[in-house]
Amino acid sequence: MAGTHNAETREPLVHLSRRASTPAWRAWTIRLIALVLGLLVCGAVAFILIDKLRDDPGKIGDFFYAFIKGSFGTPRKLWKMLKNLSILLCIALALTPAFRMRFWNIGAEGQTLMGVLGAITVDFYLGGKIPEGLLLVLMLLAALLYGSLWALIPAIFKAKWNTNETLFTLMMNYVATFVVSYFLVIWVPSGSSSLAKLKYGKLPSVVNDYFVIIMVALALTVGLYVYLNYSKHGYEISVVGESVNTAKYVGINVKRVIIRTMMLSGLLCGLTGFLIASGLDRTITTDSVGGQGFTAIMVSWLANFDPLMMVVTSGLIQILNQGAAQISQDFNVSGALPDVIVGIILFFIIGCEFFINYQLHFRHHSNREAAK
Amino acid sequence: MNIWLNFLVDSLAFGATFMYGSTGEILTEKAGHLNLGIPGIMCMGGAGGCMMLNLIGTSSLPPFLIVILGILSSLAAAMLMGLIYSFLTVTLRANQNVTGLALTTFGVGLMKVIMSKLSPTVYLVMPKAYYRWPFAGRQDSLQCLGVMFFLGLLIAVAASWVLYRTKVGLHLRAVGENPATADAVGINVTRYKYVATCVGSGIAGLGGFYYIIDYMASQEAYLSLEAFGWLSIALVIFALWRPHRTIIGSTIFGFLFSCSSFITNLSFVQVTMAAKPLLKMLPYVFTIIVLIISSIRNKRENQPPESLGLAYFRENR
Repeated sequence: MAGTHNAETREPLVHLSRRASTPAWRAWTIRLIALVLGLLVCGAVAFILIDKLRDDPGKIGDFFYAFIKGSFGTPRKLWKMLKNLSILLCIALALTPAFRMRFWNIGAEGQTLMGVLGAITVDFYLGGKIPEGLLLVLMLLAALLYGSLWALIPAIFKAKWNTNETLFTLMMNYVATFVVSYFLVIWVPSGSSSLAKLKYGKLPSVVNDYFVIIMVALALTVGLYVYLNYSKHGYEISVVGESVNTAKYVGINVKRVIIRTMMLSGLLCGLTGFLIASGLDRTITTDSVGGQGFTAIMVSWLANFDPLMMVVTSGLIQILNQGAAQISQDFNVSGALPDVIVGIILFFIIGCEFFINYQLHFRHHSNREAAK
Repeated sequence: MNIWLNFLVDSLAFGATFMYGSTGEILTEKAGHLNLGIPGIMCMGGAGGCMMLNLIGTSSLPPFLIVILGILSSLAAAMLMGLIYSFLTVTLRANQNVTGLALTTFGVGLMKVIMSKLSPTVYLVMPKAYYRWPFAGRQDSLQCLGVMFFLGLLIAVAASWVLYRTKVGLHLRAVGENPATADAVGINVTRYKYVATCVGSGIAGLGGFYYIIDYMASQEAYLSLEAFGWLSIALVIFALWRPHRTIIGSTIFGFLFSCSSFITNLSFVQVTMAAKPLLKMLPYVFTIIVLIISSIRNKRENQPPESLGLAYFRENR
């Protein structure tokens, strides 16, 4: 090949093009392959990190079985999985209207935590002094107010001055954390900063403690699906997300849509906060939401902002989480292992979207021959 | 008088943690990538360095070699994390926020697993004196400054110089502002994004290592590291994307953060317990205020990079 004179027209090894559309079966096959590959890598990493597994490689079967055992092993584990799934799903649903508008609200953690704070504040001061039903209503209202307030602040600045919402909402998460620790210091003067479980303001138990939460999550899923796909508001959100200029041109009041949608986002976060406060914890720590506000971002994105799909993605994450927790327990390793496993699987699922959206064209030898 | 000097030096030393973190994040953001994986990367930087020290901490190697090997190992672990991030976001064009958050989940978790297996008596006890060179063993306030503190200052200043005074920096900023234009003038967008992200991650990782081995020098230090990763991202906005400004910014942040524990030592200031969380909140509130003011004033040089958070695909219009 010494005499090649057109060296500058060298073709790259791989050429990319965006797929116009991908059939659903192909997308799901790719995702499934990614999940399996991710699990295999998890197995390999576990081999390095877990001493028990290295001593007895035969236990690798137990390792993978734990993912099923963790969520479906006993009815109690199943209910727990459904409860956690519901909370995660609610937060993801709350984020979705904003995401559809391309408003990168990563402040769900703080908004939900403020919701919890709102409910607990009412419970702390009024619990036992007014009828239980009224107390629950007031707790809900306070949670909605706090949650939406926390979302409205960045929304107003975004609408008015185009302040970067990703960074703003991220900071609001930490401000919320310290607001909570401020109130904890006031409420618990002893300095231990842990608030004992409150007696009043418990969500009524139907079937079991988790059932109401699960039903709320289901109703929210359907409601939001209809709202986003079949209402005028939902349409406006999509148009603003696609192009702000188009929205202005067709006469949509962009500022109003931004503020209204973020308000909705915050309200739903507040609602979730209420569920956590009255349905589960009846106390508050700075870690009451436990990072689920961040996980929910991934749930919503992986589901391509489709409320119905989020049931699947939040379920997947929850099954992985509980499976990994089961592994930590069975193999006696550090409690941080679930994060490692979920992280690895997420890398694969995030990465595989590329193969769904883009097509690779490899350089063919025949092309090169023909080019001569 | 001495108490104030102690306070200042302590703020400087504490601040160096975020100084590393945000200098790294600025390089990444200037390439158009909002890397929310920084907390995870800093954690892994810390774990990587400690793993090396766990091997050689009590060996008979000369101290300077131990110091350098620790730093290199921390750099390598953090850059590996950066490589994962850039492969996913640059080559596979994944959403940056989602990838970053996944990276943080992964990094923080993996660090906790690794650190629980290391023995502090090996990686911490001897090396911490080496890292405080040349001030180790002094009785005055200078004792908490060491090699890595000065390295951090050097890196922050050098990063500013590269970004704003060299051709490479100009190209990098062009990539972050408008990759299509940069591509059109023949800049290799992919290479710039990869290098900036990996180098940035490496620098951020050193911050984690510094915090564990030098500033805190305690075996529980790694548990609180994640929060400082997020603070580093805040500091980027506070510094308005100028690495050298992180030196002042990090000192202020360090001041506010250590204020809450320090203020109780001052006999003439009466503070309640409730003031502590409020003081710790201030860095974040200041950051928000800076973000708002810079968006209202709308000066072009103080804005986030234009294409921050967006994936670049040449054939997209």
